[in-house]
Amino acid sequence: MMTLQPRSESDLSEAVASAYAAKTPLEIVGGGTRRTLGGPVQAADTLSTAGLSGITLYEPGALTIVAQAGTPLAEVEAALKAENQRLPFEPMDHRALLGTEGEPTIGGVVAANVSGPRRFQVGACRDSLIGVRYVDGQGTAIKNGGRVMKNVTGYDIVKLMAGSYGTLGVLSEVSFKVLPDTAHSSVLLFEGLSDVDAVACMCAAMATPYEVSGAAHLPVGMDGAPVTMLRLEGFEKSVAYRAGELAKALAHFGTPKVESDPDKTAAGWRYIRDVEAFAGQPGDVWRVSVKPTDGPKVAAAVGAQGVVYDWSGGLVWLLVGEGTDIRPALAGIAGHATLIRASASTRAAIPAFHPEAAPLAKVTAGLRAQFDPAGILNPGRMG
Amino acid sequence: MEMPAPDARILSRKAQVVQRLLTVLPKDAVIHEEAETRAYECDALTAYRCPPMVAVLPSNTQEVSDVLRICHQEGVPVVPRGSGTSLAGGALPTADCVILGVARLNDVLETDYDNRIIKVQSGRTNLSVTGAVEEEDFFYAPDPSSQLACAIAGNIAMNSGGAHCLKYGVTTNNLLGVTMVMMDGTVVEVGGAHLDAPGLDLLGIICGSEGQLGVVTEATLRILHKPEGARPVLMGFDDNEVAGACVADIIKAGVLPVAIEFMDRPCIEATEKFAKAGYPDCEALLIVEVEGSDAEIDEQLSVIMDIARSHNPVELRESKSPMESAAIWKGRKSAFGAMGQINDYMCLDGTIPVSQLPFVLRRIGEMSKEYGLKVGNVFHAGDGNMHPLILFDANKPGDLELCEAFGADILKLCVEVGGCLTGEHGVGIEKRDLMFDQFNPEDMEAQLKIKDVFDPQWLLNPAKVFPLSVTETRRTPIAAE
Repeated sequence: MMTLQPRSESDLSEAVASAYAAKTPLEIVGGGTRRTLGGPVQAADTLSTAGLSGITLYEPGALTIVAQAGTPLAEVEAALKAENQRLPFEPMDHRALLGTEGEPTIGGVVAANVSGPRRFQVGACRDSLIGVRYVDGQGTAIKNGGRVMKNVTGYDIVKLMAGSYGTLGVLSEVSFKVLPDTAHSSVLLFEGLSDVDAVACMCAAMATPYEVSGAAHLPVGMDGAPVTMLRLEGFEKSVAYRAGELAKALAHFGTPKVESDPDKTAAGWRYIRDVEAFAGQPGDVWRVSVKPTDGPKVAAAVGAQGVVYDWSGGLVWLLVGEGTDIRPALAGIAGHATLIRASASTRAAIPAFHPEAAPLAKVTAGLRAQFDPAGILNPGRMG
Repeated sequence: MEMPAPDARILSRKAQVVQRLLTVLPKDAVIHEEAETRAYECDALTAYRCPPMVAVLPSNTQEVSDVLRICHQEGVPVVPRGSGTSLAGGALPTADCVILGVARLNDVLETDYDNRIIKVQSGRTNLSVTGAVEEEDFFYAPDPSSQLACAIAGNIAMNSGGAHCLKYGVTTNNLLGVTMVMMDGTVVEVGGAHLDAPGLDLLGIICGSEGQLGVVTEATLRILHKPEGARPVLMGFDDNEVAGACVADIIKAGVLPVAIEFMDRPCIEATEKFAKAGYPDCEALLIVEVEGSDAEIDEQLSVIMDIARSHNPVELRESKSPMESAAIWKGRKSAFGAMGQINDYMCLDGTIPVSQLPFVLRRIGEMSKEYGLKVGNVFHAGDGNMHPLILFDANKPGDLELCEAFGADILKLCVEVGGCLTGEHGVGIEKRDLMFDQFNPEDMEAQLKIKDVFDPQWLLNPAKVFPLSVTETRRTPIAAE
């Protein structure tokens, strides 16, 4: 058992090249806070990106930031905050839900394509990612994309790297398009809606020009009653105007309470983003991606102990009994289910990622064989 | 511009290939007479032409699958074609290829406002996607200039952008799923009405792959509700550098305009002569547009105009009516036409970091003098996507080559300052031989290996994107014995 901690991209290249030559599998780790996502990794040695740290370029006027993969996410977010900017996709913090410790890194965010409630409006991590540098499974350093937000030069490997969980290469540097932070935020809170009505309410909100940037529903809210949350962000006057118009447009779902306290609204969305409702609760956690109107069908089909809807109903978090495979119950509903939290034995028995149709599985296997011919990068993590 | 020599073995079997295609397609969907194949000899990069061996016009996914299976078995290269509006030569045929046109695949398959999606066949034009959802006040956001004519298939192949991507993103950010046919005829479904991929982001690599990985026949697209309104402000500056600084300050102020368009003096003068939009006599002109209700627009524009004032504009004009908005946009929208009135032009598409704008414009001006060719700049300033228009005379021997050399120098400059060769048009054949200026051999090899997985025999649009020298061994004809 060995932990490699390269200090530069060329060190990283050397480390992976040696592992390739010796056919030694490696577990790739950033901050280690999402280490249990995916299947158990079959590797004795660990490769940490913690030594590749620091923001390499930040141009607020160009809405661009570039950082080494091991840079703590908090450092990136603090640098952006100082210029009133932010990562648009609101990355989830998995620590409470998974019961992990450590500092999330920006490379880990990319490797797991981690996004949050704003994802359905501004896109996922992969949509803000504009460039990567990585070392493939033979130790070759590769760049793709760059630091400009419009780039169609060659294939978009940037997208492929986002969410590849270290199985295609070890990220050394990532670049993002960022957005202005918003001055003000208000949340419309509807109480007592059924799951079906709540999703109808959220979908109706998205079919307005009022730029809703968060739409979540808790069948069991913090006070035990159902609550539906709609977020508006922007300049203060604009938010107030849109809150009024949106309430009018959704009047048939009830009269919403409007919450504008910055601490309370931030805490509310963190609760959704990090699925705090399931933190520390016994049971397995699944994450199901469907079209929003199918959200309630998912919850009904599975009969879960706990449900949290985000993305207007398109993201369904489910808390179920340990060792339950929910996929058979979801047959016939288009989308996919990912096992997020379970014991190692469950994760070894039930594939964490939704099995792909045969022709796509063949493409995936082909790509992995090209990027990592010896199969040394996070073997087992994505199957 | 070099294209691979046609494979005589394939040409000798033309009759057999046509015969087989006729077994799976109606007679009028197989075009093989020389006089008729000429219609497909080029796309919007008209300097290069070559009629294909055959052109086919399938009407559904099954027919596309049948065509590809046959071509795969026969070892015939296939060049997919949307509406043929590529400025990069993405749909340029070779003499031994089958052009697969998706023009007959133009149905709307599903509109779903609750889930904010539309599913269309890929030959449908960009603007008619919006047309299909307009009555409910929805729209499809990516808006390339050719949107009246260009097909969704081509938009996906090139990951097309448009004037409004600063706010709404480009095609890849608005594409949720595709039905795609692989070169061997296998039909795959990637993505759908839901978000995110179950495993590797295959949709992400398909989008922007210039028709080299598969033929997309259906697409699920994100649709959005239209904003309540939009209004532009026009500002003129006597210095490119000041205009560039103003753009950066607007972005830093926390306002996110839906578009920031930039025109330089040669372009302003040409459009004034042509469209008489009443633009000021100045070095640089910005059009900044914001969206929202009237009050929201007022609030955002007041922030933007304060910033503009701090940079001493020679003109600052806020639109007060739809008519005034149209007047502000009139010159910008006719810029390409105006430049075309003066002479033939070549439109480039490099992207640069916004901070490099003044330097790059100055260098382009210097190079323009060195080459003796005029150039006008009109582009999306918010995202750094430049569109230098180089004027040349197609009838003057040597002028096209001179223009291409000038264009190549500008694109190399874009790469040198941290940008890229193409922001939204694609590589095609136009920028193919400049790829080594952007990528080293390893970077390039990583991309070639992806095509090896999707299309091991390199039959799909094989002579595009990558320099022929690096793809030669992979493209070695494998015509059936």
